[in-house]
Amino acid sequence: MSEITLRVNGETHTLDVDPSTPLLYVLRNDLGLRGPRFGCGLAQCGTCTVLMDGRAIRSCNRPVSRSTGEITTLEGLPEDGELHPVQQAWIDEQVPQCGYCQNGQILTAAALLSYSPSPSDDEIREGMNRVLCRCMTYYRIQSAVKRAAEAMAEGEDR
Amino acid sequence: MSGGRSVPKAVNDALARWGGTTSRRDFLKTSGLFVFGLSGAGAVGAGRWGYGTEPSGDESSEPASYPDPDFLQLDSWLVVHEDGSATFYVGKTDGGQGTGTATQQMMCDELDLAFDQATVVMGRTDMTVDQGGSGGSDAIERDAMVGRRIAAEARRVLLEMASERFGVPVEALGVNEGVISLRDDPARTVSYGELIGGRRFDVALTGGNINATTGVASIKPVQDLKLVGRSIPRYDIPGKVDASLEWAVDVRLPGMVHARNVRPPFAGATLAAIDESSVRDLPGFIRVVSEGNYVAVVCEREEQAIEAAERLVVEWEKPATAPFPASDHLFDYMRGAERVPGSGGRGAAQTQGDPDGALASAATVVEAAYDIPFHGHTAIGPAHALADPSDGQMTIYTNDMKPYSHRTGIAEFLGMDPEQVRVIWMEGPQLYGRTAADDAGFEAAYLARELGRPVRVQWMRHEETAWDTKGPAFAIDLRGGLDADGNLVALDYRGRIANYAHVGYNQARTVLIAQLMGFRPERPPPGGARGPDEMYHIPNRRQETRAVRFPLAFETPLRTGNLRDPNGPQTTFAGESFIDELAGAAGADPVEFRLRLLHGTSDDDEAFRRARSIAVVEAAAEAYGWDARPSPGTVGSGRVLAGRGIAYAYRARTTIAVIAEVEVDRETGRVWVRRMVCAHDCGLVINPNGLESTIQGNLLHGISRTLYEEVRFDGEKVTSVDWRTHPTLTHMDTPERIDVVMVNGDPNPERPDLRPYGAGEPSHRPVPAAIANAIFDATGVRMRRLPLRPERVLGELG
Repeated sequence: MSEITLRVNGETHTLDVDPSTPLLYVLRNDLGLRGPRFGCGLAQCGTCTVLMDGRAIRSCNRPVSRSTGEITTLEGLPEDGELHPVQQAWIDEQVPQCGYCQNGQILTAAALLSYSPSPSDDEIREGMNRVLCRCMTYYRIQSAVKRAAEAMAEGEDR
Repeated sequence: MSGGRSVPKAVNDALARWGGTTSRRDFLKTSGLFVFGLSGAGAVGAGRWGYGTEPSGDESSEPASYPDPDFLQLDSWLVVHEDGSATFYVGKTDGGQGTGTATQQMMCDELDLAFDQATVVMGRTDMTVDQGGSGGSDAIERDAMVGRRIAAEARRVLLEMASERFGVPVEALGVNEGVISLRDDPARTVSYGELIGGRRFDVALTGGNINATTGVASIKPVQDLKLVGRSIPRYDIPGKVDASLEWAVDVRLPGMVHARNVRPPFAGATLAAIDESSVRDLPGFIRVVSEGNYVAVVCEREEQAIEAAERLVVEWEKPATAPFPASDHLFDYMRGAERVPGSGGRGAAQTQGDPDGALASAATVVEAAYDIPFHGHTAIGPAHALADPSDGQMTIYTNDMKPYSHRTGIAEFLGMDPEQVRVIWMEGPQLYGRTAADDAGFEAAYLARELGRPVRVQWMRHEETAWDTKGPAFAIDLRGGLDADGNLVALDYRGRIANYAHVGYNQARTVLIAQLMGFRPERPPPGGARGPDEMYHIPNRRQETRAVRFPLAFETPLRTGNLRDPNGPQTTFAGESFIDELAGAAGADPVEFRLRLLHGTSDDDEAFRRARSIAVVEAAAEAYGWDARPSPGTVGSGRVLAGRGIAYAYRARTTIAVIAEVEVDRETGRVWVRRMVCAHDCGLVINPNGLESTIQGNLLHGISRTLYEEVRFDGEKVTSVDWRTHPTLTHMDTPERIDVVMVNGDPNPERPDLRPYGAGEPSHRPVPAAIANAIFDATGVRMRRLPLRPERVLGELG
């Protein structure tokens, strides 16, 4: 065990855990967050995704000791009490079925749009490709990413 | 009847709380029970699903007991609160297809409430009547119809109360959004809340079983429904998008510990020895628990349990005989294996006319064999549950889709009175039959009793992919005979299915932990399946399916269970691919050939399935813009070839036709389903957007099973263990366009008693055949063995 400091959703947490503990279990079991979930433990499916310094990363096999950036989970995505445009698009398009993977889909889409604000259809497919959904809501996800991109562009214009 | 013991205690508690006699805090403290969101319109997110955080060992609480809610009491189904809002208690679970929202629409319509004036509580064995949980695409077709009748009965009672209050006949009253008014004097009103808010109805219902439960009132004609038919947004989605929804994976209790299983490395292995010293000194280690061939490690923290399960040294003995053939030899094995005596099942062996004679005299005979491998569920989130053994009771927090059989199965497994056990369903990763035999809940309950504290179990990815229940493999042989005019006069379908000892619903003797501990079912199901479901008129036909078995029937990772639309995609792949082959032999257009077979008789059956089959085939062809010509089309010489194919089926009373348009890359072997059209007739549509979402999921899951999915194994273990060794559909594979066409092919489309038919699964089954038929149309090469991964497609193209 050793003392680890994490920055999560704008707050600083100091925890006494084994530094090799995957970030996922600290977020879920020590900080009580529900967004990132266990899917494979192999960084293959994306269900455990969080943002670290704005980039989508897999928390299931990243040691907490190497999680020194600014972490954002699904809970931390809204700003000033307003849902992120990606979250709103997910509601507008009625994307989730079971919803278990949607944490990874939403955060990956948010990261994608932060560096590629108006992606083409192919860029959306490629940018989202490594996040799996076994309810296969891909079709609606891709529509929602486009809708979010449009909403964010309109927001910029205002 | 007031104070009837079988009205759920939580309902009485909720009523008491809403009656203002108990504060929220006191309620929590004394009940230790569920706190459902009762704020009417705002009831979304965590509040709706949250549960009491007080440990059930709270000294102020009595030892709990969880009798079955009495289905013959209106109060077990429906509560009206003082503000006029209502809570509906529904004994189903929602796997993400929106059945909760749709049920709420249907019940609000009968009760004349606005949608936002109600909330739904689902799948808690101590609070909701046993409607069986999910399965069989029956939530709307059967169970929500019970809900409609009960809501109609509640409305009738409320109108009678108002009639008495105003001294006018019921006919003089109208209702809008829970407010009753006099038709002649609309200023005089009384609300549902004023009439009964916070009190019980104390109205007895009738019905010989739960599905037949009814009151005296009639349900409304379809034309009077206001919420049914509208795409009301699903109530569960906001909480799934902002992480406020609490899932079964999220539940944490004081004193809770974490367990992980250690599975046999070979199928049929026997535990020889456990070296506990290999993990005893690990931080957080609590205990190794084992019985028979079941082994688990329990630790304080989750990551500690994972590490301990990886490091535990266990000695296993291999079985003397190979448990099953390698997947490369599966179909040879299945065709050569002895058929299980008594296998077949309902509708599995049928003969009409003289198929052998008709084949002997046919102008053309076509033969083909189709092979479909084992498919896994491979849920995105592995099996998980939390069990709390406090007070000598057992509470299981789970995403089990059938919480009622989970409860009785666990009670039997642990030797407990079912009234001491309750199962609390919460949302989880997709169900599709996997959680009808939810192993993790049994494991958690067993470990919780062993340790005397709450235990949370979650399977690892390799464990889930290798050891979940499987959809059975099929080997299907077909012969068909055409007369000189190209009419199909004989069809002979013979299937073999690898589903001996198919696991039941949460049975105490067939869940994995029970098998590993040495329990065996008294009479294992022999297996079998019906053939493809279609309404074709073929004068001479035989249809027969028998089961085959492997040397190892139990403790095997190839144990079969229900997987979405059980057997439908497999049998329809063979049946509808073969119809296409016959159309080709007849030189006919595939749509025209099918319509000819459907028009071959004027007979019809219940729910006008034949007329509605014709309607969906025609609607799909029209929506796609189908140009009539035989397949294949002109096979091009370029790298990418395009084609289209159709497949049709029915399931129960729902009819479906799917058209796939594919591109086949001749250099890489990659198949891309570029476009799909699904024409779908499930009778009355409750929520068009929710139905469309469900159909899209069925179509894409169907593409995944067609192109990628296969459980592979060597002679001793499953080798599909993660997303690399068990690939699934990805974003890259998603069609560019999906058109869902809602069809109402009823001869009387304005029928006031038009019913909803099941829609959760039917649109899954035509997909593999539609894709294979499209590949044939593009390439002239027939694909008869799934999956169609690039290497197989390249091999077949030659």
